[in-house]
Amino acid sequence: MFLARVIGRVVSTRKLAGLEGVPLLVVERVDDQLQPTGETLVAVDGIGSGPDDLVMLEEGREAALSLEETFVAVDAAIVGHVEQVASTAIANPATTRRTR
Amino acid sequence: MQFGRVVGTVWATQKDAKLENLKFLLVEELDARNESRDAFTVAIDAVGAGPGETVLFATGSAARQTIQTDGRPADAVIMAIVDSWDLDGDVVFRKDAEGD
Amino acid sequence: MKIARVIGTVVAPVQHAFFDGQKLLLVQPERPDGTSTGKPVVALDRAQAGAGDRVLLLQEGSSTRDLFGVSDAPARCTIVGIIDAIEVTDDTTHERSPSA
Repeated sequence: MFLARVIGRVVSTRKLAGLEGVPLLVVERVDDQLQPTGETLVAVDGIGSGPDDLVMLEEGREAALSLEETFVAVDAAIVGHVEQVASTAIANPATTRRTR
Repeated sequence: MQFGRVVGTVWATQKDAKLENLKFLLVEELDARNESRDAFTVAIDAVGAGPGETVLFATGSAARQTIQTDGRPADAVIMAIVDSWDLDGDVVFRKDAEGD
Repeated sequence: MKIARVIGTVVAPVQHAFFDGQKLLLVQPERPDGTSTGKPVVALDRAQAGAGDRVLLLQEGSSTRDLFGVSDAPARCTIVGIIDAIEVTDDTTHERSPSA
């Protein structure tokens, strides 16, 4: 799993069966200071995330297990909303807070 | 998942029997700002995508989780056709705005 | 899958038992225009590929294990097809400016 920030939303009407009503969000990976890395990907969201949320993602085929239909070709899923990260590596813990 | 643009078709007569009757599309990988990553993937089509369309594709063993690719060798599958997406509130891509 | 070119053969006198009798090829990933991209990889062969052939390179472990019917094969990369043609139907990608 890794941490990322929600930065966008994808609209798609033609997609695999099993993905109806499942939000597809654009996320940007963050570094050990929770700062943006420029590395972006699209993830399914089964837990109701919104713009600027700091989230936890799972990659690989396990990502589909977060959805109601688990036999579906998705390789990244948002599986948690992060409220706080406690780490000796983070200089400014305030940045871990959700912005909304 | 990653954004991609279908730029062509790949033909292979001599192939493993488990790959019969699949459509192989050449996909140029895009970043979240709709710019080329200068990388290409040959993806199996599971949603009826066509040339010029912007799509989402899933990679790894997750790619095997479609009706088309179940039990077959697959490491990349097109699982959604993108209508539009936004980034930090700004529209980055809209299907209607393309190809005119 | 990725587009790749067969650039050599690999012989390993000491290897995991799975590889006994298996042909191993050295392949160089390429862009559709034939230029090299990334590092060469060693791959198994399910398409009777030979030197100079342009091939479809699958990079996924569970697919490779299924293709060889060996549940504990320590291998991930397999050549699954020989490319006859790449029909590029959309060559405007690089000239395109991001749509608003």
